[in-house]
Amino acid sequence: MSDAGLMEDLYREIILDHYRQPRNRHAVESPSCSADGSNPLCGDQVTVSVVVDGDRITEVGFSGQGCSISQASASMMTEYVRGRTVAEARAGVDAFQQMMTTGTVAGLDGFDDIDALVGVAKFPARVKCASLAWKTLEQALNEGGGVPVTTDERNHTNG
Amino acid sequence: MTIADPRDTGVQRLPFDLARIRRDFPILKREIAPGVPLVYLDNAATSQKPVQVIAELTRFYRDHNANIHRGVHTLSVESTELYEAARAKVARFINAPKTEEIIFTRNTTESLNLVAHAWARKFLHEGDEVVISEIEHHSNIVPWQMLRDARGIVLRYIPMLPDGTLDLDAARKIIGPRTKLLSITAMSNALGTIVPLDVLVPLAKAQGAVVMVDGAQSVPHLPVDVQALDIDFLAFSAHKMLGPTGIGILWGKMALLDAMDPFLGGGDMILTVSMERSTWAEVPAKFEAGTPNVADAIAFGAAIDYLDALGMDAVREHEREITDYALRRLADVPGVSIFGPMDANLRGGVISFELEGVHPHDIGQVLDTHGVAIRTGHHCAQPVMLALNVPATARASFYLYNTTDEVDKLATSLQEVTRFFGGAR
Repeated sequence: MSDAGLMEDLYREIILDHYRQPRNRHAVESPSCSADGSNPLCGDQVTVSVVVDGDRITEVGFSGQGCSISQASASMMTEYVRGRTVAEARAGVDAFQQMMTTGTVAGLDGFDDIDALVGVAKFPARVKCASLAWKTLEQALNEGGGVPVTTDERNHTNG
Repeated sequence: MTIADPRDTGVQRLPFDLARIRRDFPILKREIAPGVPLVYLDNAATSQKPVQVIAELTRFYRDHNANIHRGVHTLSVESTELYEAARAKVARFINAPKTEEIIFTRNTTESLNLVAHAWARKFLHEGDEVVISEIEHHSNIVPWQMLRDARGIVLRYIPMLPDGTLDLDAARKIIGPRTKLLSITAMSNALGTIVPLDVLVPLAKAQGAVVMVDGAQSVPHLPVDVQALDIDFLAFSAHKMLGPTGIGILWGKMALLDAMDPFLGGGDMILTVSMERSTWAEVPAKFEAGTPNVADAIAFGAAIDYLDALGMDAVREHEREITDYALRRLADVPGVSIFGPMDANLRGGVISFELEGVHPHDIGQVLDTHGVAIRTGHHCAQPVMLALNVPATARASFYLYNTTDEVDKLATSLQEVTRFFGGAR
């Protein structure tokens, strides 16, 4: 694949923009819940914290380090879920996973940036990078943290 | 049984002709995309295979294939002879005193685990110390942690210094009267560091300890002589030295192998079986339960012939030269920081590095578009990553077919990576 092809499919400008200037990359005061996620094999790490007021996510932030895909996806995820209900956020997680599986755009209501990640589906080795923040959000909402998550299916091998 | 000198194999030595060598590896002609030739720099993970090895594998299945041992028909006899001839080649290659001391396993990991189960579980007791190092591959860490949890042995680590070499002063304090086993890599897969076995082995021997060497990275790239090293066990893999996947080697001194219990139970590893009990076959059959990987063992023999013809001194010299060139070339690329020793005499052809502002995963992805195959991640050496305080590194690793032109391609492609992610943090 050429550089141009790579730009088209994986590293779209909007993704690099989220990577270079991540949104909501900050600590959250008095979070209702938070969770850690990591993919040790590639060195991606993300922590997601949210404040839930009633059934609505009023504040969200993340921290972490990792590749452009993992960090850009985390940035996009926080932009998407802020101000939405928990049910909407969960639907977003499902829609994102669906996009990674099928390679067709999620069409998430009111937030087109995420569709830029659709090309990741063509790079099986990178799907886990893109999914990490979303799985970590789901974990935070499910259990209020606790068990760290990973999207790295080979995490338990010694590779 | 004659004790063979590895320098006297009867093999005709070939000059180290890089162009001819490259023609032997069909995959090196591959393009990753139209007009983008492959630059394969992931040899610490696995090596490519010459036509001689591929042909031997095909020839076995076409002309000889049968199960080995005990068969009286022609194909079984031929297959058995070829399999045992491969064992003899391996023995000669590492200067093992006896061919029977060569045990075929699946890979280095299985060889290390075999010793952890069949030797250590029998002979080590609570409080006994196993000494490893901070730069081990996970396969030489995890089996000992499992043994520690099961048997109460104490696991001690020789620490790594900031330059990627081992702290030998610390080693002198750590290796002591309670040390029963020193299990140590000869070359780090993450940093390329060549471990000074000539210092560490005598320290362990002075305490009466057994010494096992993880040779996964050293045997493919350096001349290795188990008798000169004065070690007890050596583990390595065929696929990192031109051979097929699915074949590993455990070499051990016969007295130790004899005293050990079997690893797996089943066919081929027994002498007699009754309803009540079984008796074990002789070494090496005792450790080769079930139908072994006959075809790949035989093809591995062809890989050893190939290396023998070049001579491991010549292989090492080529890799030392290319590593020296790469260390200097990469150091000149803006933003590149290299981990590990900067002297090519102290390291094998493995260079871990980072590129300022770009995560290793992104480096690897963009390099791939230039045809350059490297590895990114923790390289199954998380303690090394922890010591370097990085989540992951990018790693280029060389073999006998790599050229300085390929190093140049890596260097110019890395500049493209920086341009691509320009300003990224």
